[in-house]
Parts: sequence; C-alpha cells; structure tokens
Amino acid sequence: MENLVEIKDVNFAYDVRPVLKGIDMTVPRGRIVAIMGLSGCGKTTLLRMIGGALRPTTGTVTVGGRVMSELGQEELYQMRRKMGMLYQFGALFTDISVFDNVAFQIREHTDLPEAMVHDLVLMKLNAVGLRGAQHMMPSELSGGMARRVALARAIALDPMLIMYDEPFTGLDPISMGVISNLVRRLSDALGATSIVVTHDVQESLKIVDYVYFMADGVVVAQGTPEEIRKSNAPFVHQFVWGEMDGPMPFHYPGAPYAMDLELEPARA
Amino acid sequence: MPEHTAKGLRIVGHRVINGVWRLGYASRFFLFTLTRSAMSFRRFRGLTFREIYFAGVLSLIIIIVSGLFVGMVLGLQGYETLQRYGSSEAVGTLVALSLTRELGPVVSALLFASRAGSAMTAEIGLMKATEQISAMEMMAVDPIARVIGPRFWGGVISMPLLAAMFSAMGVFGGYLIAVVVIGVDAGAFWSQMQSAVDFRHDIVNGVIKSVVFGVAITAIALFEGYDAPPTAEGVAGATTRTVVTSSLAILGLDFVLTAFMFKGI
Repeated sequence: MENLVEIKDVNFAYDVRPVLKGIDMTVPRGRIVAIMGLSGCGKTTLLRMIGGALRPTTGTVTVGGRVMSELGQEELYQMRRKMGMLYQFGALFTDISVFDNVAFQIREHTDLPEAMVHDLVLMKLNAVGLRGAQHMMPSELSGGMARRVALARAIALDPMLIMYDEPFTGLDPISMGVISNLVRRLSDALGATSIVVTHDVQESLKIVDYVYFMADGVVVAQGTPEEIRKSNAPFVHQFVWGEMDGPMPFHYPGAPYAMDLELEPARA
Repeated sequence: MPEHTAKGLRIVGHRVINGVWRLGYASRFFLFTLTRSAMSFRRFRGLTFREIYFAGVLSLIIIIVSGLFVGMVLGLQGYETLQRYGSSEAVGTLVALSLTRELGPVVSALLFASRAGSAMTAEIGLMKATEQISAMEMMAVDPIARVIGPRFWGGVISMPLLAAMFSAMGVFGGYLIAVVVIGVDAGAFWSQMQSAVDFRHDIVNGVIKSVVFGVAITAIALFEGYDAPPTAEGVAGATTRTVVTSSLAILGLDFVLTAFMFKGI
C-alpha cells in the first residue's frame, strides 16, 4: 500500500535540547495511525513537522511525495489545504459562531456561493451531530462539543490527511467515545488518512490500524493494536496497562530519600 | 576583571543583544504587515470595516467625554489667564490651537492606546495562547494578512477620526464654558478662532500627528500581542507593555513632529 506520509531519520532539537532522535515512520494511505508516548516525548513536535510548521534539523518528512521542509510558503499553503488538524482544545475562533468556524476555510479558499457554503457547513455539522448548535458561540459549548465542532472544521475541505493532537484530553467517557467513533467513521467516509497523537491508550487502540510508541524522542515499539496489547516489551506493557513503576520510574531522579530527610549524612 | 563586574557586563550585554534582536523582529513584523496588506483593502467591508468599528466606534464614548472635559478645562484656564491681559475674547483661539496642534492628537492617542491598543494586544495574545493563530496557519490562511493587517489599518484609519472628534468636542466644551457660562462674546470667540487657526499649518499638521500616532500604537499593540508568551501572565505583561511603550512613543514622537512642524527645523 502506498504511503502518504514518510518520515526518514528525522532529528530535531529546540536550541540544544534534542527532542526527536532518528525517527522513522510511515503512514499508509487511508489508514489511522496512532503516535503514543508520554507527555514531552516529541509527539506534537512530530505532528507540527508533518504539517510543515517545524523543519527537521536532519532527515526528511514527506507528505504525498513532497518534502515538507523544501516547500516555499505558497506551496506549503497549497499542501495544507489538503490537510486538516484537530487541536488539543479545539482552537475554535472565539469571536465567531459555530457555523462561521466551520465555514471559515470554505470561505477563505473557495468562491462558492453562500447558499452552497451553508449546505456544506450543515453537512459537516450534521456528520458530528451538532447541526442544531450552528448558531451557538464557542464559549457556549462544552469541551466535547467544542472538539466535535473543531473536527467538523478540520474536515470542511475534505482533506486527504487529518491530524489529531490529543483529541481525547480532558473529555468525559461519553464524549471520548463519541470523538473516537467520529475519528474512525469520518476517516472511513472521507477515505482520509489519519494520524492520532495521544496518550490515551485504551480509547485509541479501539480505532487505530497501527501504533508507534515513542519515548525520549525515539520510536521504542510499533505494531497493530493486537500486537501492542500482547507485547511484553517492558515500556509498552507499563504504558498500555498503566503500571506505576517500570522502565519509566515512579520517582523523578533525585537524592536518596533518607538523605533528603536528613536521616543519614551526605557522602562526600 | 572582578567577577561581579564581569557578571554585570554580561547582563548588560545580554539585555542589549535581546533588545536589538527584538527590535529587528518587530521591524520585520511591521514590514510583513505592510507587504501583506492587500487583503485588508480587497475585503475592506468584511474585515477592516469591522476593526474600525472595534477600535474606533467603541472608543467614541471615552474620546467624546474626555474631549468635552479637556475643552471645558481649557476654557476655564484660558479665560482666567487671558483676562489678566484684557484679551479674554482670545480664549477661542487658545482652545482651538491647543486642541488641533497638541491636545487633540496626543490625548486622544493616549486614550486610544489604553482603550483600543490594550484590547488588540489581549485579543491577539489570547488567540495565540489558545492556538487560534496556529490553527489559522494550518488552514493555509496567513494570520498576518487575515488577522494583523485589518486590525492595523482599522487602527490607523480610526486614530485621526478620533482625534478630530476629540478636538471638535474640546472646542465645543470651551465654547460652553467661555461663552455660555462665563459670557465671552460669541462672535469674538468664533471669529478670532477662525482667523487664527490655519488649515494647513494647524489642522493638517494635527492630522499628520494623529496618523503617525495611529501607526505607532497599532504596530506596537499588534506586535506585543503576536509576540506574547502563550500564558495568562505573558498576555497580561504584553498588555501592560503596549500601554507603556505606546504612551512613551506618542510623547517622544510628538516632540519630534512638533519640532519639525512648528519650529521650522
């Protein structure tokens, strides 16, 4: 199967702090791929790199056959019109209504008559079950509803690639289930490729086709959800089953406990 | 070299380098805003007009009330001083010249910086903190052209109109006090004002000042918002910096412009 996204030997550092170290990944067309890992392991940085917002220090990120870091602004914007992104907290424009949020990209990039924009927006809102909330302002929405509106906005132009940055964070179990179902359903309906960056293991394993595990800037494990569930790799096991201690220690490195409590003298 | 001297020099050097870097960044931001302004004019009704409403129309109340009171105070103070020399009819001239040359552009600019400039910084800063600017970029919409440009031109267009409104209300306030309350002859009040105020020398120069202040305030406000760290503290600090920097810029620029306009330098 042809790959839509190919990441080859990507390294990246903020100033001198390395964030990504030799990452290799592929995302086949039409599939949902999850990138999982602890907070701060470089998942979102990788997503921003796929969207062309960051350039790798070395290595290449290729989307649809184009190397993202080689694109000029005009070409980058052309490419981004084929992408949709769902932000962690929605990132809805707070000064315009739900309807206008979803219509934003359609109005900016097309010359469609307003009647057609209206129909398209209602179709997208209907797909996420929020047609009835079209006149509401973002401040009137719950967290789950805001995420669904942001999803409708992300798919407004029927993108070939949809990126989700922590789509389940801060949601109640019902909203989480709704969002995860929508991710699967919309990807299938649009024939889109999806990349889900998350640390919510159980919810995402239900809907994705393939999983990459990242830790400390490198890919430590990968496989289908079934392979991941059965994995005996210590890090994967600890992460999937939420164990308190393991390769990722419970205690942040520091001086011995007894020494901090001044129960034994510091060694020279 | 003693350690504390070296440390002091390092701190000074660090601050100077940061200051120069930030000035360069702000200059590039301003240049980008100008070069990507086509959308602000192409979609004037949809985008820039809205910003004129937010920056200009919503600032009208504070401008009208302040202008009226400043004019009334000028009327009182002017009359009190001029009557000592037996020329109390010249109070109209004093009020009009003070307002069109100085107080109109300067005080309305200070009010504009506090009212509209701070609002612009907070809005852009919060848009950045809530990832709205990033989302726009990911939707292939240039935030400089779509968000910054219309606000910049909205502010630049609003500022001279607000200054004119301030001056007009000030003249009216001066008239209320000098003519209606104190009893200065209305004919003398208006005719002396008409003969003393020169359109090009006084009014046009006042308008030029307010346009320059408008450019300075909106550029500072938008840059501070765009550059604000994406935290509550960062946005609060940026809003404060907008008001302080704009106010100092207005007063500094006013001196330079006045020196060129009215001293023949």
